[in-house]
Order: sequence, then C-alpha cells, then structure tokens
Amino acid sequence: MSARSVFRLILVPAVSIILALLLGSVLILASSLIIDEAINFALPLVAYESLIEGSLGFSFLDVEDEVVSFALSVDPERAERALTSTVVAAAPLVMTGLAVGVGFKAGLFNIGGTGQVLVGGFAAALVGASVAGQPAPIAVTIAVAAGALGGAVYGFIPGALKAFTGAHEVVSTIMLNSLASFAIVGLVNDILKITGPSFARTADVGNAALPVLFGRNGHLGVLLALAVVPLAYVLIYRTTLGFEIRTVGANPTAARYAGMSPRWLIVLTMSLCGMFAGLGGTLEILSPNLGYYPAIFGTSIGFAGITVALLGRAHPVGILLAALLFGAMRAGAPAMQITAKVPVEIIEVIQGLILLFLAAEVVIRRLLRIKADRVAPDELKTVAKSYGEGTV
Amino acid sequence: MDALFEIPVIGFILQLIAYLIEALATTGLAPQTLALATPIALGAMCGVMNERSGIVNIGIEGMMLTSAFVGFMAALVVHESGPPATPSAVFGITPALLVGVAAAIVAGMAVSLLHAWMSISVRADQIISGTVINIIALGLTSYVNRLVSAGGSAGNLKPFDPPDALVDLPLVGWLFKMFLAVGPISMSVIVIVIVLQILLFRSRWGLRTRAVGEHPRAADTVGINVIALRYRNVVLGGIFAGLAGAWLTLEYNATFQNGMSANRGFIALAAVIFGRWTPIGAFGGALLFMFSEALGIAIRSNPPEGALGDALSGIQTSFPSLYNNVFGALPYLLTLIILAGVVGRSIAPAAVGKPYVKESTT
Amino acid sequence: MTQTVSAPALEMRGITKRYPGVVANDHIDLDVRPGEIHALLGENGAGKSTLMNILYGLAAPDEGEILLDGQAVRIAGPSDAIDRGISMVHQHFMLVPVLSVADNILLGEETMANPIFLDRSEAHRRIVELGRRFGFEIDPEKKIESLSVGWQQRVEILKALYREARILVLDEPTAVLTPQETSEIFAVLRRLAEEGHSIIFISHKLYEVLEIADRITVIRRGKVVGQRIPSETNEEDLAELMVGRNIQLVVDRGESHPTDPTLVVSDLRVADDRGHEAVKGVSFEVRAGEILGIAGVAGNGQEELVEALTGLRAPIAGSVGLAGQTVTGRGPRQLQRAGMSFVPGDRQRFGLVLSFSLEDNLVLTQYDEAPYARGLFRNDGAIRAWAKRAVEQYDIRTPSSTVTAGTLSGGNQQKTVVAREFSRELSALVLDQPTRGLDVGSIEFIHRQVVAKRDAGAAVLLVSAELDEVLELSDRVAVMYRGEIVAVLDGPTAEREEVGLLMATGRRQVETAGAAGAPIETIRMDAEGNE
Repeated sequence: MSARSVFRLILVPAVSIILALLLGSVLILASSLIIDEAINFALPLVAYESLIEGSLGFSFLDVEDEVVSFALSVDPERAERALTSTVVAAAPLVMTGLAVGVGFKAGLFNIGGTGQVLVGGFAAALVGASVAGQPAPIAVTIAVAAGALGGAVYGFIPGALKAFTGAHEVVSTIMLNSLASFAIVGLVNDILKITGPSFARTADVGNAALPVLFGRNGHLGVLLALAVVPLAYVLIYRTTLGFEIRTVGANPTAARYAGMSPRWLIVLTMSLCGMFAGLGGTLEILSPNLGYYPAIFGTSIGFAGITVALLGRAHPVGILLAALLFGAMRAGAPAMQITAKVPVEIIEVIQGLILLFLAAEVVIRRLLRIKADRVAPDELKTVAKSYGEGTV
Repeated sequence: MDALFEIPVIGFILQLIAYLIEALATTGLAPQTLALATPIALGAMCGVMNERSGIVNIGIEGMMLTSAFVGFMAALVVHESGPPATPSAVFGITPALLVGVAAAIVAGMAVSLLHAWMSISVRADQIISGTVINIIALGLTSYVNRLVSAGGSAGNLKPFDPPDALVDLPLVGWLFKMFLAVGPISMSVIVIVIVLQILLFRSRWGLRTRAVGEHPRAADTVGINVIALRYRNVVLGGIFAGLAGAWLTLEYNATFQNGMSANRGFIALAAVIFGRWTPIGAFGGALLFMFSEALGIAIRSNPPEGALGDALSGIQTSFPSLYNNVFGALPYLLTLIILAGVVGRSIAPAAVGKPYVKESTT
Repeated sequence: MTQTVSAPALEMRGITKRYPGVVANDHIDLDVRPGEIHALLGENGAGKSTLMNILYGLAAPDEGEILLDGQAVRIAGPSDAIDRGISMVHQHFMLVPVLSVADNILLGEETMANPIFLDRSEAHRRIVELGRRFGFEIDPEKKIESLSVGWQQRVEILKALYREARILVLDEPTAVLTPQETSEIFAVLRRLAEEGHSIIFISHKLYEVLEIADRITVIRRGKVVGQRIPSETNEEDLAELMVGRNIQLVVDRGESHPTDPTLVVSDLRVADDRGHEAVKGVSFEVRAGEILGIAGVAGNGQEELVEALTGLRAPIAGSVGLAGQTVTGRGPRQLQRAGMSFVPGDRQRFGLVLSFSLEDNLVLTQYDEAPYARGLFRNDGAIRAWAKRAVEQYDIRTPSSTVTAGTLSGGNQQKTVVAREFSRELSALVLDQPTRGLDVGSIEFIHRQVVAKRDAGAAVLLVSAELDEVLELSDRVAVMYRGEIVAVLDGPTAEREEVGLLMATGRRQVETAGAAGAPIETIRMDAEGNE
C-alpha cells in the first residue's frame, strides 16, 4: 500500500480522534470550573498527560505547586507496566470490536455485545469454576471454549429471530442485553453465590484463570486477541464463506439469486459475532485480577465495541488498532482521575465524540477539501434497509 | 368456586384472573400501568414522528436520558436558588418542576436537532447517528453527574386524586382511575396520542408527512419541501422524548441515576413497530409491554391470597433476587416475544432510513 | 389543428446543462404552441429528461432562458413550475403507493376544510368530476397500489389537471402500457389538446410519436438534430435522425433448429408476496436451440413465473423439468448446477453487487466452484485470469477489473452479468428484461449473444415487457395475461397488433368496436382497478 493511500485511509479517523480530544478538553475545562470554581487552563494538558503516562509510561510535564513545565521523562519499569495494562485492556476490545465489525460485513448491526459479553463471561466463570482443579492448560481451554460457546448461543438467538421472524437485531439485541443482566444478577445472588466474600459472587475459577505471561498482568488473553485478528481476516476476505457473508451484507437479494442462503448466513454470522463478544467477556472474567463472576458486573466493553468497529472500518486490522487506542485510554483513565481529578467517564464521552465525528465524516472531508476514503462501511445501508423492510 | 381453585395449573390461572379483576378494582394496577407506559408511549410518539417522515431514530433512548438529566438539573438549580415554594394542591407543581419540564423538552428538541442534522443534512447513516446519540448521552450525563454529584432533589410531580364517586363506579371505575390517578405527564399522554392520531390521518401536515416518509421524491415533485418537513418533524418529535425524560426524573422518580432510561427508548421502538406506525397502536403496545411490570409491582406490594399467593411468597422467600429480577425482566421479554411475533407482517414507511438527495444527476 | 398563427405557450431558448464529463443539453431550442402535442424524440441518455427537469425546476440550466407566453421566467423548483401551470408526469410514477387516489392528487395542493384539516369530501367531488370530463370514472378512495398501471397513469394526469396545468409534460408515458392502454391514453391527450392544453410528449418509440404528435423535435447527444411534422416524415427518417446512422432495426437472427424439449413447465402455480395466485397453471416447453419469448404487460405473473423457474420462489403446484430431470422447488444453487443460467431483470438488485469489484461480480454465481475456489478458500489468481478473458470477450469497457461494478455504465454492468451467465455450461437460459434501459449498441451486442447461445443449442426463455424485443428475438411467442398463457404464436409471423390485443385483453378479438377518433367512451374501473 502506498503512503498516499495509507494517508487517505487514516485521515478521517485521525481527524475525528483529534477533534474529539479537543472537544474533550473543553469538557475537562468545564470540570475545573465546577470543582475548583475557576477555569484551570492547564488542566486538559495535565489530564491528557496523565492519561498518556498511565497508558504508555512516559511523561512530558512536570507539575509542582500549580506550575506546569515541560520535561520529558521515561521510566522503563513504569513504561512496561503501563504498556502491559494497555494491551490487557485492548484485548477484550479487539473481541467486542470484531463482534460488531464482522456483523457489519453481513449487513447486521450487533448492538447486543453487552449481553453477549455477560453471557460469555458467565459461562466461562461457571465452567471455569467446575474445572478449577484440572491442570491449567485443560482448565483454561475448557473455560475459554465455554465462554465462546455461551456468547455464540446468545448471538444465535437474535440471528435466528431476524432470519425467521424478521425481528430487527437493533431492538432484539438490546432487549437481550437487559434480559441477560437481570437473569445473571438473580442467579448469582440467589443460587450461585459462594459463602465467604462480602459481596455476592461465583466460585473462583482456580486453574482456569488465564496465566500471566509477561509483566504484572499480561495474560494469555492478549495472545488470544492477537491470534483472532488474522483468523478473522482470512475468514472474511480469503474464504468462500467470507465472500458469502460479504455478499449478504452488500446486497442480500443478489446473494439469494446467487444461490446463497441469507437466513443461514445471518444466523451463522450473528453466532460468530456473539462468540467474539463472549470471548471478550471471557477475557475479563478469567483475567488474573478477577477470576470469578461478581453479581454486580458492570462492563462497557460491549458498547465500546461499536466505536472500535467503526473507527477500524470494520476491518480486522483497523479493529486491532482502534482497540489499542481505546485500551490505552482505559489503562490511563484511573491515573488521570487521581492526578487531574477528571472523572473516568470522560473516556466514554471522548469515545462517543469520536463516533460523532466519524458519522459526520462528510463534513470533515468537506472542511479539509482533501480526498479521503469513506470510513462508514457500505453495508450500513443494508442495516438501515432491513430495519425499514422488517424482513430478510 | 373454591374447589376450582384447588386444581393445579387451572386453579392458578383462575386465581390469577380473579386477582387481576380485584387488583384492577382495588389496587393501583391500572394507573400504575399507564404510569409505566408513559415513557414508552412518549418515546414511541417520537419514533412515529421520525419514522413517518422517513427517518430511523434509535437515539430515543439517549434523548430521554439527556432530557431526564437536563430537566432534573434545571429543576434542582431553581429549587436551590429560589425561596422555598409550596407545591400546588393538584399535581404538586412548583416553579422549579415547571422549569425542569421545560428544560427537558428543550433538551429533547436540541438532541433531536443533532439527529436531524446528521440524518438529513449530513446524510450520515441514521442508525449510526442514533447510536452516537445513545453513547454520548450515556457518557456525558454520567460524566457531568459525577462532577456535580448533586445530592438534592427538587421533588416531583404528584398523581391526581380523582373523586371517589368516579373511581368507585362499578365496571368503569378502574378506567377513570387509570387515566386520572396519575401525574400530569402520564395524563398528557392520552391527549397527545389522540391528537397525533387525528392530525396524522386527517390534516394537511399528516398527509404531507406520510407522503414524505413513503415516497419523498413524489412529494418533492408536487412542491413539498422534503428537507424542511423532515427537520420539523424530527425536532418536534424531540418534545415527546423530552417529556419522557422529564417523567423519569420529575414525575416517577425525584432523582437522576446514570443510565436510568434502562433501554426504554428501545422498547418504544418496538411499540412503534407493534402499533404499525400509528400513535394509537403504539400506545396500545406501550400498555401491553408495561402491564407485566405493573402487575409485578402490584403482586409484590399486595400479594394475592390463596395457593397462588402462597406459592409466590414461597418463591420470594427462597429466591428474593430472582423473584424481583424476573418481574423486572418481563417487559423486555414480552417486547422481544411480541416483536418476533408481529414484525414480519408489519411494514415500515417505505423511505425509512434512506437519506433524500434532492436533484438527480443523471 | 392550426399550426401557423398561435404564439408559443412555452419557449426554451439555448438551454445548456453540463454535468461532470458530459454536456447533457447543448443549446437546445424548443417551442410549444397552445393546443399542440409536441413530441420530443431521442434515445435513452440523449438529454430529454434533463431538458424536462430544467423546465420543471428540478435542475438549473447553466445557460439559456425559458419563456412562458413570451415572458422570461425563472423556475426555481417544482412548486414554481406548478404555480406557472406546468405539470409533469414522470416515467416512474410519482405516486405514493399506500395512499389513496384522492390523497395523491391532493398532495401539495390540498383542499382544506379549515387551516388544519383536509376537506376530503369536496376533493372527492372535484376529482370525480374532473375524471368524467376526460372520459373516465375514477374511485378516489382506492389505494394506488391496487390500481393497474394504466389507471395510475390517469391518476398522474388528473394530478396535473387538478393543479390547472396548461403545459403538461409526459415522460415516456407508454413505456409500461399495452397498445390498448396506449390508445386510450392517446384519446385523453387529444381531448386535452382540444381544450387548449399544450402537451410535451417524450418518447423513443417512433410509431407512437408519428401517431400522436403535431410536431416532432429530435434530440441526439444533447443537441436538437431536427424537427419534423408527422405527415412529412417516416420511421426510417426519424430513426436515422435519432441514432445518427442507418441502423439495422432488427437483429438478423437466422433460422432456428430446435431439437429436444429442454425446459418443460407443466401446470405451474405460483403465489405472489401477498399469497394470491399470480401464476395460474402455466404449461409450456422450450426446446434446445429455440427462443421462446413471453410477452405481457408487467404484473401479469411474469415476475413470479421467472422467480419460480430460477429457484427464488417455491411454486405451490406443478412441475418444472430441466434436461430430463425434475427440478421443481429446487433452489438457485441446485438449478445452476443442473445447467440453468439466469439473467435477472433488475441487474442492480439481483445481478450484481455494486460495491464489489468487477472480478468478484464475474464469479458471483460460481465463486465456490473450481477453479475459482480451492476447498474452503478463494483462488484469486484464477478469478483474475477469468476476469481478464471476460472483459475482452464480452467487450466490457472498464479501466481495470478491480474497479467496483457501481462505477460501470448500465450497458457494461449488463454485459458483466451476461458474461458470467453465458460463459458456463448450460442447457437452459432464462432472460428477464435483458436489455432494459440500455443504449442501442449494448442492446445489439446482447441480442447477438442471445442468438449465438440459441444456435449453440441452448433453450432460451425470454421474458420482456418490451413487446418489440420479444418480437425481434423470439422463435415462438407466448402471451401471458392474468397469470395464464393465453396464446402461443409463431415468432416470425406474429403480428404486433394481435399480440398487443392478447396482452391487453387475453383475447384475439374485441367484441365492441372502439376505433380511434371515435368519441371517448367512459371507462370504468372494475373491482381490481383494471379496465
């Protein structure tokens, strides 16, 4: 790929990220107004710096008694820790990003990542606990497989509903998200909770926890995420099944005429999406920091997958890069909250703003007067169309 | 009769029916249903306004949440800055609450304007535009809520207390109770639904709106400004999403919690589909979906007697969390099941989701 | 009709419109007198529609002016045009299918009871009255989607009259009508002209223009190339003006040498989307080495028949045989494997994936067969090699085989579909509207390919709403009417008028005489909205 085509490819996403960070800094300024009752113009810089320090490990500011000066410093040990937490945070986002991105390829908008993450993680926790005493390789394999299967089943449901009744996934997956959270909370509280801990949670997964391979908590899930990316790429672009999925996404009527079965492909792709999201939940639950399923398990990786997939143009490589970006933000956010007292929720706002500018990419292209590639996947037309038609 | 109640299954069903009849007459089941259906119905009116003009709006959820937060904050600011006001005898209205409701409506319209701009002018994908709104609304309200960490409350609007003479009427008393023993926002729903229904099918605006949603080019060729009409309808639809938000923090509750819209905006979308894009139908869908939750509340606060009640309270003691969560999950489950059952035979306005480009370049 | 004294009602002077890379209108002059039917003749893409879009305010001219009754005017949009008494009946009807006749006519020009509510009863009264004045009895309550195409056409004309249009533009109004419906609409148009309306009649059908017009202006590649009066010209003269060279009006298809029955359909019944029986027991056979054409007005069951034959729709009864095997109810994939090829009617919806490359489109129905697939994986090298051959063999004009199909012209898109479907081993070929909307060059090319396939021994079934195409290519012609085949005629000897009558009525003769020029009889809708 030539430098120019790379430039055209990343221009709009890059501009969207920059604009979102700029707008985010306005919100950070506003926060200084509320907390300190005076505008602290250095705060955005301080906040973003601590974000970078927490995620990449180097700092470029020196803050002493409200005086801010530039000073680049790199602490190798700290950098290793920061980078490890970035890739650890990115791994589940790769999974949930694929859960949305692969769906786009088939003209499906899977906003059920949240529910699939919960069900996948729950399955991994339950099965993991039951094989907790097995040798680690066996226990981990079984627990991860259970998480993938749990997610796949929970993706299968909206897929089958769409294929056979026409219920659009945009509504059905959201209902399933709510249902999963109600059901799992009830089950953990009343049936599966173990005695001992001060809060309701399931039993420890023991040997089924993902082994730490590097750094403080760099676990197997990172490798798993790295392995899934090329697999997804080959599946979509190099196999005949991938061709069928893409055809259904681009033009379902042509797919039918060409002898493909849109119904089967919708069910299959949604199950696949669910599997990816389920793996995302599995990485969270089986990670060495957790290792059990707490009744109150709030995670936003499901929704973040939407932004990851769109920023990554629904392409596995793009998704990997976008996941790394958001992983870095997540890894750095706690440091930012401590240093700059900016609530971590700012991360969600910035993600939303990136999405906003991506959605308004026409405006960005017009303002820049530069030829840049479209970011939004073409298959989105199929999503909107199927919403209107209510049938496959 | 008592003997019948002792037959398994059939007895349970009979007891449930008996309980329903009694609950409708004596407890707050009917007004509770209308109250819970309020945000769904209002959200659905927003959906009808959008989709009838050819715009998909899955951002109703985010619009509701934003309005709920803005309305709550506005009311709180007025409440804390002004002198203490005595709530009015009817509905418990205070200046702070009025300001809050107005702010919620304005917020709903503002977010709708963003959606209109994205969908109509920018011609962004409408489903993505709605998703953006949902994500930003959730993030931004949580962020600001954390920042201000407002502990106070401006109170909330109170249900009307209809005269006993009406409520105690045999057979129809519960209907009066349903539509009168509720707060002002819930009470306005029925008016809004009927007015919209009539306007949509009898007025010039309604005819043009339906034409624009079905075949915008045909409307354009007879001189109708498709873009302007779509803008107007989407922004006006924001009023209803705003009212739904106000209901969340200023009528049903008196505080704001992160993500408190709890996917009601999506249930509203299902209600639109269920009601085949008519206001009355969508209102029916809202009542149907939310009846289950109202019933759950009635059963928990006022359990039925006899074997059914014993069984239920037995479950409640053994599985308290599951028991509550099953009732909480019912509206979502019902929505999912009904959506799967009806949607195949229900066709949206033909132009939904397709941006309109005015001039043909061929 | 006087053609000398009256001043023009409309004059367009020096109209020029440029689009990126093409001059759609190049200094076009046009004048239309009151009470005149003025035909605008030209090929697809000659610039007729652009000119009319400018007149109707849908596009702005780069140069030139428009005069109404001698006054220069600027028309900024459709509502401007309507205000000035210009109305347009678009080729694709601008009617909202789910709304009633009355609502469609009212739309934009509503009759109000008060500032908010419509006065539907007054509107109904006016519509019925207006219809009667022009010879038809219309039910304003009927939904558009339940009306036949001919009636929808009338609603469009009523829409114009309701707005008191003086100048009426009809864009290809007969494209979807039977010869019978056409002559009925012609009667209405003549009546309108007698009342002083000016009519611009856009068409590319020579005999129609000769029949209806008072004057004919011919446009080619955005320029006016001539003006004629019907009495002083003929089809050959107009054709030459329109296309620019002496074209061969009919492809020389030679004689057919049919052998064994290959595609055998017996008593096939197929339901439409709403569950009504659209194909009511159709039987026919196509032999190897012959072309069987199916003529019929769109919506008489052809679409459902084609879908059933190609596996997109399961028949409710009857059987389909292909080269000796029974293939009833099989899906598209199995039929393709059994030797059936299919060129769909709507290439952009069925035949192509516009966002995919030309290469991917060339294997859309063969992607999982050797050599294009190896096991579960694609074989991109083989796909590219085949694309290279196809581009040459089928004269697909494209910068490369990796561009997306959406960037190709309609003719090249259709050639892509034809290349894919014609190039594999096949015993039967189903063609649905194979040349709809194409330029003359592509039509000729595709027709030759079809004849070549026949001569190579394929059984060809041609379904087309273009009667001319069916008559030109078919060795035998079957006429479909209301879901049944009402007649099968010998292709070379079939008479245009006879086929037209069969298409319109299902019968060979009409009992009541309704000669042209006779006073207009009132036509009533029947229960289904057909005549």
